Amino acid sequence: MKPKISLLTAAWLVLRKDWMIEWRTRARLTALIFFSLSTLLLFSFAMGPDINALRAHAAGYLWLALFFASVLSLGESFRVEGENQALLGLVLTPVEARAIFLGKVFGNASLLFGLSLVLLPVAVALYDIDLAKAPLALLATLFLGSVGISAPGIVYSAISSNARARDVMLPLLLFPVLVPLLLATVNATKFCLGPDPQEQLASWLKLLCAFDLIYLSLGFLVFPKVVEED
Amino acid sequence: MPKWAPLISLVLVIALMIVHAASASARAWVWKVLAGFGAIGVVVVVYFGLFFAPREAYMSDVGRIIYVHIPFVWMCMVGFTVNVVCAVGYLFKANWKLDALAEASAEVGIFFGACGVTMGSIWARPTWGVWWDWDPRLISTTVMLLVYVGYLAFRSFTEDPDRRAAWSAAGVILGYVTLPITWFSVQWWNSLHQRQSDSQTVDPAMRVGYLFSTVAFLALFFVFVFKRYEISRSRQSSALELPPLQAPAVKPEVSA
Amino acid sequence: MESALEIKDVSKRFGTRWAVSRLTWSLPMGKSLLLTGHNGSGKTTLLRMIATATFPTAGEISVFGKETRKHRDALRHEVALISHASFHYEDLTAAQNLSLLAKFLDAEKPGVVKELLERVGLGERADSPVRQFSAGMRKRLSLARLLLKQPRLALFDEPFGELDPAGITQMEGVLRDLTARGTTVVLATHLIEQGLSLTQERLHLDQGRLSSETVHHQSPSAQGPL
Repeated sequence: MKPKISLLTAAWLVLRKDWMIEWRTRARLTALIFFSLSTLLLFSFAMGPDINALRAHAAGYLWLALFFASVLSLGESFRVEGENQALLGLVLTPVEARAIFLGKVFGNASLLFGLSLVLLPVAVALYDIDLAKAPLALLATLFLGSVGISAPGIVYSAISSNARARDVMLPLLLFPVLVPLLLATVNATKFCLGPDPQEQLASWLKLLCAFDLIYLSLGFLVFPKVVEED
Repeated sequence: MPKWAPLISLVLVIALMIVHAASASARAWVWKVLAGFGAIGVVVVVYFGLFFAPREAYMSDVGRIIYVHIPFVWMCMVGFTVNVVCAVGYLFKANWKLDALAEASAEVGIFFGACGVTMGSIWARPTWGVWWDWDPRLISTTVMLLVYVGYLAFRSFTEDPDRRAAWSAAGVILGYVTLPITWFSVQWWNSLHQRQSDSQTVDPAMRVGYLFSTVAFLALFFVFVFKRYEISRSRQSSALELPPLQAPAVKPEVSA
Repeated sequence: MESALEIKDVSKRFGTRWAVSRLTWSLPMGKSLLLTGHNGSGKTTLLRMIATATFPTAGEISVFGKETRKHRDALRHEVALISHASFHYEDLTAAQNLSLLAKFLDAEKPGVVKELLERVGLGERADSPVRQFSAGMRKRLSLARLLLKQPRLALFDEPFGELDPAGITQMEGVLRDLTARGTTVVLATHLIEQGLSLTQERLHLDQGRLSSETVHHQSPSAQGPL
């Protein structure tokens, strides 16, 4: 029997469901925002009052704050699915595992993207950066970066939610994979915020796109094996 | 060291590996031959590297570390590649032998990789003046090691053997793909910063030295993986046997 | 005639423990099955295997002639499971949970969710998050889920547990209704009296094996073609 609804419709339903849960638990969302704000503050305290150094490293701090927040949001995303074995419920409904993957990746990516938009003005205040230089490229970087964290993140979160000590497992598995992404996002953001004499921004954005595509397609392929038994 | 030594020994070692894989009866002794060859080969290489090899032009005597450093890193990469091939294979056909081989090659790969990165770091200190450098090889290898440390940690934190095999295979495939991307992005980062490249012309005698060394390490690597694989298999075997058939369901055997 | 349920030499391992061992059994079309056994006897595992939530380590299970592993996508449209895990999102309301399911099944019609919630007695709590529900209310919501799906094979894992007397009566009514409409029911319960009155066949498990207590029974209400 063919599935009654298409893959994209199912993915959209999963995404909407995740948004609905986020909205209904917005207290948790608020806590996440304040967590990343305090991370930004801590970086600024740790570096001292040298505004030039802060401005030079602002892109790095911003992305590290997002990385730390992503571990929490990804973990939470599968804690919700683990309660009452809701994820299994989806699989048995049946919802295609690939649709679940796509829905959850973009659900989590939109959350991180929104979070990054909240962090930007705070970064302006703390690190004295200039957002007006290349605003569109900056938005693109933030969005591509959010997808890039979420695509492998959802797979690793699904895997680690089954292990003991899952809170440690997720960053242990995820962070090494994100090293090239960190490099690309930090550099792209840096060139969005500051001078770009050699016009390197475009090449870093391309690398970001490539990373996203590779991990979206890989996750799309392996995710059914993660949520389903053979 | 004669020029043909690496090639001849490589052919021999690979032939022995094929014999090992093809014939069950040879399995009892082939690994001992390879272990013997590997052990003697390493001793020869160390002796050669320390007393016979030409002094490295730029790095003085510290450069002699490459006779073991390069094989360590290469074997680490071989181990991880074997691992990811097994992982992909496992996702297509759930076979416990593949899982055992994946586990064995990952563990041995980590051992070789950790030795290699440590040596690289020791080498970098007098050569570049730092313990750590933005070198694509160094960073890619280290990221790979982290991926595999996570892989082994995850495996030890998961109970169900079937699911563990599938989960860790899926996870490690994603991790392995990071290797070329990291390599590429670090290289890119470096080239944009106009760093001088540190390519050296390699003395042919040195080349022969570390190639031979690599073959000796390959033999040892094979022995380690094989032994570790046997351990994994024996751990699995207890779980593989089906429970006995139920007493009433078994037809009484017709005895004479 | 093909069987509704065919279990062929099925074993299931968890770690190193065998939850179900070398089980062989078949259920003829049109019959319903009562599954009994002590805690940990493998009832839940067997039901989960039939529901394609997990698969046998060895042997195979066929539902309506379709092997579970191979035809899982098709079977999932035909099989529904009520178990200890209710599959609900705790943070969504009862109505939201049901309408989500309806959308996935492409069965959403105006009023259908409300009607189902009324039917299981949750009409007034439709807009409360599931987190605030008692165990009995969760069971009722699970029942609504199953009714929404309208499966050919309905699996019940301890459906009477945690229900109040009114709930038990209601659950019994639903079970009778389902069998009357031709749905095959597999019922695992400790309440053997209720179970026997609702089903025609009985399978008793003892430590994952077929027990000698297993008897085919003919309940007075059922007219099997035996």
